[in-house]
Formats: sequence, structure tokens, C-alpha cells
Amino acid sequence: MNMIPLFVAVPLAGAFIIPMLSRKFKWFPDVLGNLVTLALVIMSFAVIGKSGVYSMGAWKAPIGIVMVLDGLSVLLLVSINVIAFASTLYSIKYMEQYTSKLRYYSLFLLMLAGMNGVVLSGDMFNLFVFLEIASVASYALVGFGCEHEELEASFKYLVLGTVASTFILLGIGMTYGSIGSLNMAQISEQISQNGMNNALLFAIALFIMGFGLKAALVPFHAWLPDAHPSAPAPISSMLSGVLIKALGIYTLVRFLFNVVGVDERLLMILMVLGALSMVIGVMLAFGQWDFKRLLAYHSISQVGYIILGIGLGTPLGILGGLFHLINHSAFKSLLFLNAGAVEYSTGTRDLQELGGIREKMPVTANTSLVASMSIAGIPPFNGFWSKLIIIIACVQAGRPVFAALAVFASILTLASFLKVQKYVFFEKLKEKWNDLREVPALMSLPMVLLALLCIVMGVLLLPIGNTGVLENINILEPAVKVIMDGTDYASKILGM
Amino acid sequence: MVGMTLIVKTVARWVKSFIFLYGIYITLYGHLTPGGGFAGGVIVACSFILLILAFGKEKALKRISKALASELDSIGALMFLIIALLGIFAGGTFFINFIQKNAPGQDFHLLSAGTIILSNIAIAVKVGSSLFMVFVILAVLRVVKKGDKLEMIQTNMRGEE
Repeated sequence: MNMIPLFVAVPLAGAFIIPMLSRKFKWFPDVLGNLVTLALVIMSFAVIGKSGVYSMGAWKAPIGIVMVLDGLSVLLLVSINVIAFASTLYSIKYMEQYTSKLRYYSLFLLMLAGMNGVVLSGDMFNLFVFLEIASVASYALVGFGCEHEELEASFKYLVLGTVASTFILLGIGMTYGSIGSLNMAQISEQISQNGMNNALLFAIALFIMGFGLKAALVPFHAWLPDAHPSAPAPISSMLSGVLIKALGIYTLVRFLFNVVGVDERLLMILMVLGALSMVIGVMLAFGQWDFKRLLAYHSISQVGYIILGIGLGTPLGILGGLFHLINHSAFKSLLFLNAGAVEYSTGTRDLQELGGIREKMPVTANTSLVASMSIAGIPPFNGFWSKLIIIIACVQAGRPVFAALAVFASILTLASFLKVQKYVFFEKLKEKWNDLREVPALMSLPMVLLALLCIVMGVLLLPIGNTGVLENINILEPAVKVIMDGTDYASKILGM
Repeated sequence: MVGMTLIVKTVARWVKSFIFLYGIYITLYGHLTPGGGFAGGVIVACSFILLILAFGKEKALKRISKALASELDSIGALMFLIIALLGIFAGGTFFINFIQKNAPGQDFHLLSAGTIILSNIAIAVKVGSSLFMVFVILAVLRVVKKGDKLEMIQTNMRGEE
């Protein structure tokens, strides 16, 4: 439990030590960056099943800032840090194409500290500060290549991200004005005692807009297809894999379910936004010929699944949504790393230029096949199970239209990834790729790890109940319980 | 001639050290009077920015090089983090005011607030050096239009390409 502040302190320390010592030792950023993320992976596995409240500086809740660890935070922490470790491992070789590794790792760790802080914070304003740390670092990382296209994407992302942050800050201001506290548990308690008022309703609208923009739900998605492909591959995988979830989905779910408490209206908003993103995202993805841009549009679509599942409000729907959340962070990160590997070897991401490189790059091809089948929902990979749960939950909740839309989007996803596999990896090898080489081992290793994760998660996480050894790795059910408990969150946190 | 006119230079030469000292005062008395590490750091950085404006950037960069400013930037942040982490070892909680807890200072004295003054100094170092860096970067880098493309170029000490 005393480890809670270290999730923020360790990456911050790494981020500031790296620029101090790296001028003398060239190998230093790689080593320290990977050590920090490895330590965070171990720490996040160590807190599975634990919960607690940490008062910063021993100041109690209304005055001081609290950090809260519960099932939902643990779920996010594990996925953030595992993906971050895979990305830093991949960066060792990949980032040699770029100029400044020390700035890269420094920004990367700042972004990581921000994300860990967001999922642990128990205070609205503190959450906003961490959200800004993560966002500002990601703006810089998107434009890291400093080419024309990257700077343009970064600027677009910066402007839209700042609009989102402004909405969120305004929402926090409205909430503080009408409640008089920034502590999430106390806000929740006040709302359940005194009921809603118009200022709070307006704040909720602002939060849906702001967090929706961070999560790239469909009416707010315009920045994502530019920003995610422009970043270096490990950053794309962090952004699509975990950043939109920690900054968008987690915050939205935490605020709506645990702080204000959901009702039929809010659930309907979530479901409609989810279904819209799901269908429109995949339709836009279908016509793309840029490998990473196609993946970015699929991120919008998959986020739609997650929001739809959680928006159903039933235990099964929430289980499906959260399961899809961690599954998506595994396979989408893997797909972005694959796209990066293809770009690393061939220098292009245009699907029409590639072709048949399967025989030349077997590791990349096979791992991307695993990831493609996961995202398309082919059994027995992890994506199949979570999509199945979401569809069953839709039917059980009496929403057959949403179930049909989910199936429809899934079919389009399959079609679109068949296209990727056909144009990039299968077909006949084009002549110009004859002397193509597989990427270095340090780049294949994280891809293989994530591919194994895609297979293992599908088999492992689903059938376990509360029995036996596997109970220790059960990270989904506590998270579902936190969301299902809704505004009981307040009494639990204040009671601790 | 590099920099501004003789009048500006003379005034700047006189004023810069007062601005610098005032920044340090604001930092050190942050826990007693309005101000603190952030405001103090900004004022300290302002004294260097005044140097850049009046004399050109080479004079300011001679006193604090870009590398040194970048080091100070990291050192300030690390100092703040170390003070917070020391709380765990000396007081049992992250960010606890461990000096005040173990040996409370006298009211209204300079060292009356324990770690607050140390944190203020750390913040001042961090904010001062990063603000200076931001200004130097803006002064050193130019974006020029070459054909239909924008290109970033680094100017030399005199502001030439």
C-alpha cells in the first residue's frame, strides 16, 4: 500500500536523471528507461488484489490530496506498465533512427508518470494535473520526428487536446463551485445527499465532451488518425494502446459511474457514442492505404466497443468492456509495433507498395497475424472472447440493435485486416524487397511477448472464477465490482 | 552593435542584479509572504532575459550555457522529488514535512516551515532555468520558408544563419 506514490515517483525520477547523466554515457537512457519500466511492471503486479487510500504528506482528505488504489486502478496500472515495458524494449533499436534518445526517454517516462497518476488519483484537480503531464508529453512525442507531417499532426493534436483539457478544467471548476470539494469521494457523497443541480449537469456535459475527446469517441475523433500514425512506432503503441484509455475511458467511467452515479440517460449517451465510434471508425478504416493510419482508425472503432460494453451498465457488459480494454491494449500495441517493424525494414507504410514480405520477415508476419486475428475476433484469440461477451451482454440487456451493430463492425474489422495481411505479408514477394531483412532481435522480442499475451489472455482470463491459484491473477472481477458498486465508492474511500 | 542602445544597456546593467536579488528574496520568503518558488524562479529568469534583450544572447549564454540550464532544470526537479521521497524515510509518508515533524521551527522565522523552503528553492531552480531555456530556444531557432517548405535553422551567436 505504501507503494502507491512510487508509481508516480519512480518514472518521474527516471525522467529527470536521464538528461543529467546521458551526456556522458551514451548507453544510459536505454538502460535506465528499461529498468524503470521493468520495475513498474513488477510493482504493478505486486499490487494486484490490493486496495487502499494514501494521503499525500499525511494531510487528510478535504485539505490534502489522496491517491486511491482499487480494482479498476489496478487493471489500468497493469496494462499501462506492461505495454510501456514492451515499448521501451522496442525503442532500444528502433529509436536509433532518431536523433535524441535522452529526450525521448525523458518524455516517455513523464508520459508514463502522468498516466499512472491519472489512474491512481482520488482528487479531481490532481487528476487534471496528471492528465496534462501525460498529454503535454505526448504532444511532444507525436512531433518527435520533426518532419513536416509530424509537426502538423502534433500541432493539431495539441490544439484539440488543449480544447479537451479546457473543457475538463471548466467542468472541474463548475463542480468545485457547486460542491466545494475536489475530492472525488466527497463530491460523490455530496451529490447523493443533495441531488443534482444544473451546474453539475453542465459539468457532466463538459466532462463527456473533454474526456470523450481524449478517448477519441466519434464526434470528437478528428485528431487521432493524424496523431497516432505520425508518432514513432513505440509511441503510437503507447498512445493507442493505453493513453486514450487511461486519459479518456478510465476518467470518463470513474467520473460517471463512481462520482456522479449513472442513470438511464447517461448510459444511453455512452452506448450511442460507443456504437457510433464502433461503426464509423471501422468504416473510415476500411478505405485507408497507410498501414498506421488504418490502425489508428481501428483504435476509434475498438474504443467504441469498450464504451458500448461499459455503457450497457450490466455486470456482463462491464466485464466485456473492461476485458476488451486490456485485450485491445495488447493487440493494438502489437499491431503498431509490427507496423513500425515493417517501416523500419522497408521504409514505407503504404500497403500498395508492400507485398509478400512474409517470407523475409517471419517474426513480424506471424506476430501480426496473431494480432490481426485477435482484433478481428477469431477464436481462440483474446479479442474473440471480449467481443463475444459484449455481444451477449447487448442481447441480454435487451439491446439487439447494438448487438447487431457490434457484429457488423466486427465483420468489417475482419475484412479490413484481411486486406492488411494480403497486401503486406501474403501475396507474391515484390522484386524490390528481395534483400529485405528481419528486424533485430531486440525489436522482435517485445512483439513476441505481446503476441504470447494475446494468446494467453484469451485462454486464461475468461474461465477462472474465484477458485484456486488463478485467483491471484484475477484482475477483471475486482474492476467490474468497482464500477458496479457505483457511488458506494464514496463511503468506501471515506471509510478507509 | 549587438543589443539595444546605450541607455537601455546602462539601465539594464544597474537593474539586473536587483531583479536577481528580488527573485531570491521572493523564493526564500515564499512561506511567509506572498510569492514562492514559482514566482521567484520567474523573476530570476527575468533578470537573464533582460540581459538577452539588452545585450544580445551571447552575454547571457556566457553566464549560463544551454547545457548548464538544462542540467539545472533536471536538478531542480530531482531536488523536489528527493525532498518528497525523504518524507517516506524520515516521516513515514510521501511528501510529509519531515523537518517540521521532527524539529519544529520557531514561528515567523526564516526556517519556520520545515521542508517548504527547500521545496521552494527546488521549484525556483527548476522554473528559472526552464523559463530561461524557453527564451533561449526562441531566440536561437528560426523557422524560415524555403520554397513551399518550412525549415528550422539554428542561428549563431550574432543572430545570423
